[in-house]
Order: sequence, then structure tokens, then C-alpha cells
Amino acid sequence: MATVTSSRVATARRTTIGLKILMAGTGIVFVLYVLLHMYGNLKALQGEEAFNTYAEHLRTFGEPILPYGGLLWIVRVVLLLSLVGHAYAAYTLWSRAGNARRTKYAAVKTAARTAWMRWGGTFILLFVVWHLLEFTILKISVNPDKQGPNITQNPYELLVASFQVWWLTLIYVAALVALAFHLSHGVFSASQTLGLTGSAGAYRRSKMTGHALAAVIVVGFLIPPLAILFGLIK
Amino acid sequence: MTDTVNAGIAHGLYTDGEPIADTKAPAGPIDKKWTQRRFDASLVNPANRRKLDVIIVGTGLAGGSAAATLGEAGYNVKSFCFQDSPRRAHSIAAQGGINAAKNYKEDGDSVYRLFYDTVKGGDYRSRETNVYRLAEVSANIIDQCVAQGVPFARDYGGLLDNRSFGGVQVSRTFYARGQTGQQLLIGAYQALERQVAAGTVTQYARHEMLELVVADGRARGIIVRDLVSGEIETHLADAVVLASGGYGNVFFLSTNAMGSNVTASWRAHRQGAYMANPCYTQIHPTCIPVSGEHQSKLTLMSESLRNDGRIWVPKDKDDCDKDPRDIAEEDRDYYLERIYPSFGNLVPRDIASRQAKYVCDEGRGVGPMVGDFRRGVYLDFADAIERMGEATVREKYGNLFDMYERITGENPYKVPMRIYPAVHYVMGGLWVDYDLQSTIPGLFVTGEANFSDHGANRLGASALMQGLADGYFVLPNTIRDYLAKGPYEPLAEDHPAVVEARRSVEERTQRLLSVNGERSVDSFHRELGHVMWEYCGMERTEEGLLKAIDLIRGLRDEFWRNVRVLGAGDTLNQSLEKAGRVADFLELGELMCIDALHRRESCGGHFRGESQTEDGEALRHDDEYAYVAAWEFGGSEDGVFGEVGTPVLHKEDLVYEAIELKQRSYK
Amino acid sequence: MNLTLKIWRQAGPRHTGELTTYKVQDISEDMSFLEMLDVLNEELIAKGEEPVAFDSDCREGICGMCGLMISGEAHGPERTTTCQLHMRSFSDGEVITIEPWRANAFPVIKDLVVDRSSFDRIIQAGGYISVNTGAAPEANAAPVPKPNADRAFMAAECIGCGACVAACPNASAMLFMGAKVTHLSELPQGQPERSARVLSMVDQHDAEGFGGCTNVGACSRACPKGIPQDVISTLNKDLRTSLRG
Ligand SMILES: Cc1cc2nc3c(=O)[nH]c(=O)nc-3n(C[C@H](O)[C@H](O)[C@H](O)COP(=O)(O)OP(=O)(O)OC[C@H]3O[C@@H](n4cnc5c(N)ncnc54)[C@H](O)[C@@H]3O)c2cc1C
Ligand code: HEM
Ligand code: HEM
Ligand code: SF4
Ligand code: F3S
Ligand code: FES
Repeated sequence: MATVTSSRVATARRTTIGLKILMAGTGIVFVLYVLLHMYGNLKALQGEEAFNTYAEHLRTFGEPILPYGGLLWIVRVVLLLSLVGHAYAAYTLWSRAGNARRTKYAAVKTAARTAWMRWGGTFILLFVVWHLLEFTILKISVNPDKQGPNITQNPYELLVASFQVWWLTLIYVAALVALAFHLSHGVFSASQTLGLTGSAGAYRRSKMTGHALAAVIVVGFLIPPLAILFGLIK
Repeated sequence: MTDTVNAGIAHGLYTDGEPIADTKAPAGPIDKKWTQRRFDASLVNPANRRKLDVIIVGTGLAGGSAAATLGEAGYNVKSFCFQDSPRRAHSIAAQGGINAAKNYKEDGDSVYRLFYDTVKGGDYRSRETNVYRLAEVSANIIDQCVAQGVPFARDYGGLLDNRSFGGVQVSRTFYARGQTGQQLLIGAYQALERQVAAGTVTQYARHEMLELVVADGRARGIIVRDLVSGEIETHLADAVVLASGGYGNVFFLSTNAMGSNVTASWRAHRQGAYMANPCYTQIHPTCIPVSGEHQSKLTLMSESLRNDGRIWVPKDKDDCDKDPRDIAEEDRDYYLERIYPSFGNLVPRDIASRQAKYVCDEGRGVGPMVGDFRRGVYLDFADAIERMGEATVREKYGNLFDMYERITGENPYKVPMRIYPAVHYVMGGLWVDYDLQSTIPGLFVTGEANFSDHGANRLGASALMQGLADGYFVLPNTIRDYLAKGPYEPLAEDHPAVVEARRSVEERTQRLLSVNGERSVDSFHRELGHVMWEYCGMERTEEGLLKAIDLIRGLRDEFWRNVRVLGAGDTLNQSLEKAGRVADFLELGELMCIDALHRRESCGGHFRGESQTEDGEALRHDDEYAYVAAWEFGGSEDGVFGEVGTPVLHKEDLVYEAIELKQRSYK
Repeated sequence: MNLTLKIWRQAGPRHTGELTTYKVQDISEDMSFLEMLDVLNEELIAKGEEPVAFDSDCREGICGMCGLMISGEAHGPERTTTCQLHMRSFSDGEVITIEPWRANAFPVIKDLVVDRSSFDRIIQAGGYISVNTGAAPEANAAPVPKPNADRAFMAAECIGCGACVAACPNASAMLFMGAKVTHLSELPQGQPERSARVLSMVDQHDAEGFGGCTNVGACSRACPKGIPQDVISTLNKDLRTSLRG
């Protein structure tokens, strides 16, 4: 067995494939989080109490081993690190790709999927920043009719208040479409990167899973906001 | 029988010289010779190998395998090819397979049988000792390639599969779908790159050898042109190996790659290496025919198609431009089945080729008019499709049919395919002894570039075997006998031999760039090819050959006055590359015609009009021509471009001790 | 048919290039794309202009020497090599843009000719099985299960043309790499060096300046030998495994 020295391994981590593995790993963290989040959001359909209890439960989970909000903080740290890693890898690869072809073709035929992923990903990043400001950090209500602490301090109320505003809903629809595109390729891409698609069958299955997951996520996430916008939830 | 003086001599085209003989094969029984030779050949101390420089021109199966092996052994190797990577050498195009006497099928194969088939296949014009050795090492080749990861076809048990190929009775051909050459070459290439990484081999891609340096009677280096920068470089060494492939492109249209050329061999020939049997070329019957004047090369289709397809042309000339499906059964001439009832469509390559040419010359060819004739015959699968069903045909021949359709745009399941013979391989090449050394000490020649193993005709699947046998197993053992006497006195760059070789290259390059005439290089090449094909192709006659020699001389003369090579010498200049190659083809072509002219017998694939049986079959003359014709360059006036003197013929008598000579018959 | 060609002309590696427009007339449908360029070149020579430089050798789709970007598609509209592309795939009056492979790891030498020696260096980094001549065991000593043998063969079909790099939006050579790694990893002979091979090859790939793969798949669609994208998965897996040390 030819031995592989540890310095070789260290450099290999910085290779384009090493970066992609980082990206796939963090991407999977996101996917899991997003699924969980979607499940939580769907609780809104069961009404204010179910939703708020769920939000509270997230914070008391694991007590007393974890302090109040402990799990949430762990999740937040993991998410933040993942975000940094994911974006770092994405932008490094983007710039390496730019360097790899400095003279562009005069005639281009294929619409580049890389553009979806990179600009779409960037859009998702901007969206998440806004989303956090809105719901977690600043807790802003964009609904002029519904202001004040009893709205902003009640997650359910904030939710309902926000999505009664059509343009905010539109931003979310756009973000979710972007996310769907990102994931329809991302899920396949991650399995490919992790080397799980080394046969024609596995390759096809992972492509299908990507599309299915993307569909589930758009639909699942959009049910509560649309229900609110169209007045099914008040 | 010829009781007249040979026409060549009569016309002052050549003179007779001293006989020549191989002195390296040891005495003793044929199956002990190789062992004995390896034992006798001196050894080189591993510590000294680094100090010995070997130049290898060519990275095909013959050159790539030799460079890898000599690199592993520790010699300091420089490897050259004109393509952009060693992996693209022409060997990559070989489709069918490679023979080896493994006897995995337990069908009676043996080293002796492979030896016997190869000598017989060569129509008894090859050197017995070399061929026996080829058969002897064949099994090692397969072991070596499998260990390198060459993905040969396997059966369901995971063991290697074999098929029978080229009309032999045993299944000894190893294959990798239709890409055997590619897979073998990639194996050799990878072994070579491994040595490049290890620092034992330096790789020079896009470098073309333009001259051989011979100093004090020994081959000591080469002059090359860096095809990217145009720089003329000198590379010196203790020994030079030419593995530069075949010269079938002298015919312009052939199945060879565009860049295949004779320059390396021809330059060595001009420096004193003898050229043996240059007129021996193999013509393959099943190629896709020419579609028009612009055609740049021909594509081979596997001969296996003749197993199930039926070959025919219309009986009546007037039907030739009709849709073949509208020609009634009784208006078709299945000429091979008619003339050779027992072999039918499976007659040997040369017969199938020659008969196709005859019917086309009669005006009964099919396909587009190219020049004055239609050059093609039908290869019809309608019966086979009816008999076995389209699905079976598709399974057996699908990839060939697809290739045909891609090239011609016609669907062979519906319309009969058209085929025509094309030049495919040359058996002639530089003369070498048992050690693969040419008549210039220190110059070794391997693979298709030498003449040694195939006689007047090549058995299918044996060129790949020869290339790898030479490169992996033979040359590394024989060259050490020469190298053991080195390192040779280092040559200074200002040694007169080096200076002279450089000067001649520079002068020739300059001259090509400055003629600035009217005609493109390709137009000369095309015309030469036409002459060669018409008069020195499948059928040769004294009258035709004499005419060809005249035409070639005229053409060569015009070339040096009227060729147009644009651009400069100090950049990539593909016209200049071509011009140099065509200039050498124009000299080689003449020698091929002289060789063909002097060999007044029909042997191998070469039908000599004046030497046939009463019913028009090939007639060999073992009493007169059982020898190798080794030609010595006739000299040329310094600075007179395209001038060649009268060549001198040296005969090497072929002695058959282990095998008995027999005439063939296919009626 | 008559065609308008916009061809990239560049005098040398350090010169700037540009698209130049040429017209060709009476092109036969049966010509190959390169024969069409041969015709153009003959005309240029007759006019005293330098012919267009492009690479080709075997002209039967196996050596991998040819390769042009034809109106934005590597090797043109059919799945085959440029030399096996025929003019019947184009229509009369068409404007065809012809460019060299574009990648910084494939610098332009002249016109449409590029330097692909980076591929050789990737193979030098480990794309082989170390076995010295004469040291091989009997060929049938190690049987290879048919599925592995078939997959190895499929991957070994790569002709090293570089179309994958040309087509990839990242100018990544991962399909070429994946093909080689898969070929050798599927075989028992390839196991001992499996980890070392992939690490060195990926290092070399990056050092040559190819981009990273983001699993776009354009490479595989352009590959004349139909090498599937899943070979990159095999490559990734081998790298991941070797990262564990
Ligand atoms: C279409 C086709 C199918 C075939 N099928 C089979 C088959 O099924 N079985 C079989 O046994 N044989 C087959 N053959 C024959 C066989 O492929 C060749 O004879 C054999 O591969 C020749 O190998 P080689 O190493 O001698 O030369 P090549 O592979 O031709 O290599 C020549 C090398 O020399 C280099 N070179 C040449 N001139 C110069 C120069 N002046 N300067 C620098 N470098 C130079 C080239 O760059 C190249 O690297 C086939 C041939 C063809 C054309
Ligand atoms: C910060 C914002 C983001 C940016 C800039 C971004 C960008 C990218 C880019 C450029 C890729 C590479 C495309 C590819 O390799 O095919 C990628 C892959 C991926 N992304 Fe994102 N992304 C972001 C957020 C997200 C989010 C929120 C998720 C999940 C919900 C996600 C999931 C994935 C997955 C699963 C992959 C596939 C990983 C792989 O290819 O190996 N990304 N992302
Ligand atoms: C319709 C869609 C969405 C709705 C209604 C929604 C709603 C919410 C709400 C109400 C919160 C605050 C929860 C709390 O603090 O208790 C929240 C937090 C968050 N959401 Fe969303 N969200 C949506 C889509 C998304 C998407 C697409 C993403 C990611 C790509 C995302 C990522 C986050 C993150 C990271 C948090 C912060 C969690 C924390 O650490 O507190 N959300 N979301
Ligand atoms: S993978 Fe395909 S496209 Fe890439 S080099 Fe190999 S054959 Fe060419
Ligand atoms: S197109 Fe490029 S991104 Fe990867 S899958 Fe192919 S190398
Ligand atoms: S010229 Fe060989 S593949 Fe096209």
C-alpha cells in the first residue's frame, strides 16, 4: 500500500474537490435545517398556540442539561459556521473558475447552471440576512396596521402580520424559487461530490431526489404565507 | 520465369551490390536462439546506465514501450513524437486485436503454431528467426499489459476472452472491443509517463526528427525541429532508436493518420541505413470509399463484416448509378462467390482487394464518380438481416454500422454499404538484424518502421504484437549489448557531423520556405498518391512501374521549383511540416517503384501482372526471390534538392530451416 | 452549400487574436468538418494568405488530437469528435463560429491549436499502475468480475481530447480525471496505489490551473466518447476516502 503522508492530505483539503466536500457537507446541514424549519412553520396551520408552543419548545429542548435556548444556540453556531464555510468555498471556487478561463468564448450555447447556483446562492444569502433581521434579530413588522410589542414579541402574530403584506410574500416566493433551484441541483450535486453516485442508477436516483426535495420545500414553505395572504389564517 | 536481365537493371534504375546477412542470431535450434542471445548480450552495470543516453523517436506501441522499459532500467532516455502528446501515436487507431500464443482456449495453439501462421501469412518472405522470437515473447506481452491495467475483453468468469481473427484456425486474438490499439497504447503511454515523472525519460512532444547524426560510423543523435517555436535542436546520445511507424501515407489516401510519414526512416536511409522491401504494402479490402476529391483519409471497417455481408456490383455498367435496391437479383454480380466458389466473400485480403479494383476498372463500380471512375463495391447485409434478423445483425455489427452511417450519411440496415480497398500497413522498412540494429551501428529500428517480421503480407493482429514485442522485450535486451560498450566518446556540438546535419536541415527548411511557387503541398501529395496507387498498388506491371518512376521524377522536380509554403520557419507552421514529409515521400515513392519493378513475382498482397498462373492467380518464385531486398541509398549531389542517385540492391537470402515453403491456393 | 466562417486567428501564444470572417462555397455535405477547413486552407494558400492552423491526426475519432469549439459547442452539434463531424450537420448559409478550446491550462499556440500538455502532467502525477516490464504475473491470475471490467473499459475509452474542459463553465478537467481514476480503480491491479494516485492527480489538476467541478455535467454532454458524469463521483469518493489518510 502506497502511503499517503499527512501533509499531502492537508494540501488535498484545499483542492477544488476538498472545497466541494466542505460545500456538500454544509449544504446538507442547511437542507436538514430547512426541512426542520419547514416542519415548524407548518405548525402555524394548527393555530397560534401550537406554533408558539413549538417555538418555545425549541428553546426549552434539552433542559436542564442545556440552558434555556441552548439547543437553538448550538444550531445557530453550526448554521453560522456552515454558512461561512459554504460561502467561502463557493466564492473561492467561483474565482478559481474565473481564472481557469480568462478568455471567454465569443459564441456560447449552453445556459450555465453555475450561474443559478452562484447568483441564486448569493440571493439566498441576502434573503437570509433580511429574514433574520425581520424575524429574529430586530423583529420588524412590515405591516403598517399591525405594530407594537404584542405583535413583534409574539412569533405567531409577527408571522401573520408580515405575510398579510403582498410584497413581502412576493420576496419570500422569490427566495423559495431560488432555493428550489439551488436544491434541485444542490442535492444531486452534494451526492455527486460525496461520491455517492458512482453508478448510473444512483446517479439517476439522486437527480430525482433533488427535484423532489426542491418541490417539497417550495410547497411546504409557501403554504403558511399563502394561507395568510389569502386570509385562511388570520 | 525471367531469363531476361531484370528490367530495373536494364533501365539503369539500380545496381547490384554485395549480399547482406544477419549475423546476430546465434546458431542452434530455433527455440533456443532467443535465450542464447539474451545470455550472450553483454550486461550494463546498473550504476552506469544513468550515464548512457538513448534517443527514441516515436511513442507508438514500439517506441512508447521501449522508452518506458529502458527508463525503468535506468538509462537516460529522450522520447520524441510529432503529435502534441505521446498518447496520440498512430498505434491508437488499431481496432481488431493482438495475437499471443497463450492457448487459453486449449485449441491447439502454441508458440510454434503462431510462428508458423505468421511466416505463412507473410508468404514466406520474412526472416524465420525474428518471427519465432516474436511468437515466443507474445505471451509475456499480454501479462505485461494486463498488469498495467489494459482492459481486455473478459468473459463472465472474469478471465480473458479471445477470438479468432484474420482467417486463422485458433482463437488467439486478445481484444478490447474495437479499440485494442488505443488501450494498448494508453498502457504504454502511462508506463512512459511514469518514467517521465521518475526523471528517467524526458519527453519531447511536438518535435519532429529531420535528420540523423552519424559520426565516425555510428548513429549518435538527431536533429529535430520544435514544431511550436520552429527552433532547430540537436540531441546527442549513445544510441538512437527509430520507432517512427509506417509510411502508408505515400499513397496520400490511406487508413494512416494525417501525420504518419517516412521522414525519420528516410533520413536514416540517406545516411546509410538500408531500406528493405519498400514496395511491400498491405491493402485492406473493407474501407469506406472515397466520396470526393477533397477526401483527406480513408477509414477502415473491420474485416469481420465479410463474414456475413455479400459483395456485389451490377452486371451492367448502366445500372451503376441506380439505387441498389432497384437492381434485380439476376442483374447483380456476386463476383467473389462466382470466381472463388469455396471461399466466396472470405477470400484473403489481397484477392478481395484486387477483384474489387478489377470490377471498378471495368466501369462497374458504384458510388459517386471520383475522377473517371466509381470506386466502390456493395457490401450487402440484406440476406444476413433476413437470415438472422436485424436485432442480431445490430448486436454483432452495430458499432461498425453506426460508424458507416456517421461518415456516409447512409443507413446500412436499409441500403447496402459501399466498400473499397485502401492502403493500410507497410511491411517494408529499414533493414535490421536479429538485434533490431540497422546497417548503421547504434541505430536501432522497431515496430512498423522496420521490415523484419511480416514478410510480404501481414497476418491480422500481428503488428500490435510486433510493436510491443520489440519495445518491451526485444530491444531492451539487444540494445544493451551495444550500450555496454559505451558510453561513447561525447560528441561536441561543433563536430563536423553535427554541423553538417544541422546545416542540411536548416538549408532544406529555408529552401522549402523560399521556393514560393504556385502549388500547395497537398496538391503534390495527392498527385503522388494517385501515381502510387495506380502503378504501385495492388497490381503492378513493368510498364506501369516504369511510367510511375518517370512521373514521380517529374513531380519531384516540379515540387522543388513550384511548391508554395507560406508563413515563417520560426513558428508553428503546418504547411512546412507537410512539405518536408512530402519531399521525402517523393524520394521514397521512386524507390518503392524500383523495388516493385525488380521483384518480378506475385507474392503476399502484391500481384505482378507478369507473374500469374494460367487462371490468373498470383505466382510466387521462391527460386529467384526468396530474399529480402535491402536498398542502399544512391547518394545525392550536395545542395541539389530532390536529386537521388542510383540505389544499390543488397540481397539477404531467406533460409527456412524450421518451416517448409509452400505455395498457396484459394480456388 | 455556402457558409460563413468566423475563425479565431492568433499568430502566436503572446499575440492577441481575433475572429476573422471567411466565406466558403460549394461545400459538399459528405465532407468532414476538417476537410471543409482543408478546402478553406487550399483557397487561402492560393490567395497567398497563411492557412488556418488546427490540430488533427487520425481523423477517425480515436487519437484525440482534433477539437474545435464550433458555434459554442465543443466538437460541434453532434456527439463525436470534430474530425468525425460531417457537413451534413449544418445548413446552407449558416454562420459558424470556430474557436480554440479555452482554458488557461490549455494556452493557445496558434489559431485553433492549443497546448494540452497539462493532461500529460496529470497522468505523470499518478495516472498509471506501477509495474516494471517483465515483472508482471500471469495475466489470468487475477480475474476481474465482468461488471468491473466493463466499467473500467467504459472509462478507459477517454481519448484525452479536452472537450470536457472546453465545455465546462469552470474549465475543470474532472471528467478526464474521473475517467482515468475510474479506469484504474475498478481493476484489482489498480488498488495498491489508489489513494496516492487520486491525491497526486487532483493536486496536479489544481496546480495546472483548471477550475473546480461544480457538477454541471456539460463535460459529459460534450464528451465524444460519452464518458458519464458518474466517473467524477468515483473520483470524489476516492479523494474523500484518501483524505482520511
Ligand atoms: C486503422 C488501422 C487499424 C489497425 N488495426 C490493427 C490491428 O487490429 N491489429 C494489429 O496488430 N495491427 C493493426 N494495425 C497496424 C498497427 O496499428 C501499426 O502497425 C502499429 O501500431 C505501428 O506502431 P509503431 O509503434 O510502429 O508506430 P506508430 O504507432 O505509427 O508510431 C509512430 C510514432 O513515431 C513518431 N514519429 C514518426 N515520425 C517522426 C518524426 N519524424 N519525428 C518525431 N517523431 C516521429 C510519431 O509521432 C509516433 O509517435 C492497424 C493500423 C491501422 C492504420
Ligand atoms: C449563503 C448563501 C449561499 C450561497 C452563496 C450558495 C452557493 C452555492 C454554490 C455556488 C454552490 C455550488 C454549486 C455546485 O457545487 O453545484 C452551492 C451548493 C450547494 N448549496 Fe448553496 N449556497 C448558499 C446557501 C445555501 C443554502 C441556504 C442551502 C440549503 C438550504 C444550500 C444548499 C446547497 C447544497 C446542498 C449544495 C450542493 C453542494 C455540492 O455541490 O456539493 N446552499 N451553494
Ligand atoms: C415562508 C418561509 C419562511 C417563514 C415563514 C419563516 C419564518 C421564520 C420565523 C418565524 C423565524 C423566527 C423563529 C424564531 O425565532 O422562533 C425564522 C427564523 C429563521 N429562518 Fe425562517 N422562515 C421562512 C423561510 C426561511 C428560509 C427559506 C430560510 C433559509 C434559507 C430560513 C432561515 C431561517 C433562519 C436561519 C432563522 C433563524 C433561526 C434562529 O437561529 O433563530 N427561513 N424563520
Ligand atoms: S473525458 Fe471525454 S471529453 Fe474529456 S478528454 Fe476524455 S474523451 Fe475528451
Ligand atoms: S461540466 Fe464542469 S463542473 Fe464538473 S460536471 Fe463537468 S467538470
Ligand atoms: S483527429 Fe484523431 S480524434 Fe479527431
